[in-house]
Amino acid sequence: MNTRLLPLLGFLLLLALLGFGIWWSSTHDLREVPSPLIDKPAPQFSLPLLEFPTRSFGSKDLAGEPYLLNVFASWCFACRDEHPILMQQGKRLGIRLVGFNYKDEAADAKRWLAQYGNPYDVVIADLPGKVAIDFGVTGAPESFLVDGNGIIRYKHISPITPEVIERELLPRIAAMRGGGP
Amino acid sequence: MTRAPWRWLAAFVIACLVVTRVPAAVDPLPFKDHAEEVRFQNLAKQLRCLVCQNENLQDSSAPLAADLRREVFKQMQAGKSDAQIKSWLTERYSDFVLYDPPLRTGTWLLWFGPLLIVLVGALVVAATIRKRSLAHRNSAPPATPEDDW
Repeated sequence: MNTRLLPLLGFLLLLALLGFGIWWSSTHDLREVPSPLIDKPAPQFSLPLLEFPTRSFGSKDLAGEPYLLNVFASWCFACRDEHPILMQQGKRLGIRLVGFNYKDEAADAKRWLAQYGNPYDVVIADLPGKVAIDFGVTGAPESFLVDGNGIIRYKHISPITPEVIERELLPRIAAMRGGGP
Repeated sequence: MTRAPWRWLAAFVIACLVVTRVPAAVDPLPFKDHAEEVRFQNLAKQLRCLVCQNENLQDSSAPLAADLRREVFKQMQAGKSDAQIKSWLTERYSDFVLYDPPLRTGTWLLWFGPLLIVLVGALVVAATIRKRSLAHRNSAPPATPEDDW
């Protein structure tokens, strides 16, 4: 082979690497950091209810049955895209929907839910964001699917879409139901 | 000097603007001494802000970064070592929270890949030099070193 072509070959390799980088970042959401908590027990927590701040609600109340913990906030723009999906299709999941109001003022959160509707069975409030750190929350919206044994089975970063419900959530929920009593 | 009061007023207004525009990225934490502050800053610089992924925990003004700084500080106060604090964070946020990923089988290529590439390059360079000097010797044996250049 003509060795004079070697620099051109090197350049083409670099170009290919650049192209791969562009392709990779356009097809992958860089925010989707894999959670180390998958298949591990969900953290123990107890938080005030949004509607009744003097009453607390936590992992003890949720034990035994699967649930979807949905991190949302009134300051979160993407939550506004996600919200109608939860309103329309939340019931399809057939499990409890727990609203996790993240670093939000109670008045703002209540107004937000009054305006857009409340798809949740229960809403807990984490104003200081301490429990959110235990869950490894990086922002809103994020959702955690927890099974009846309190094990986190799936985490979704960014809004839940009908495709996510169809492809990710429903099959996993069906598997939980099949596997457990 | 009738214009002096105006100048003072202008200076005052500008000073106010400057003071209020200082970014409040790092909320003051009650360090007990300078050594503790240095240790905290050193640790926070090795940790990634999960919100703005190209910022470290020390520089980020994201609310989550502030929460994590406070947690790291609390754990330092509780007497935890840097390694313990890091593992507490990686349990929740994976190795991604560390700027330097830990050395293990999965990260072997990441750590030693550049060295590997340099070695391959060195081998190629060595082989080329050898080939050239051999070719040179064969083609013109009586040449003096001065002729080379």
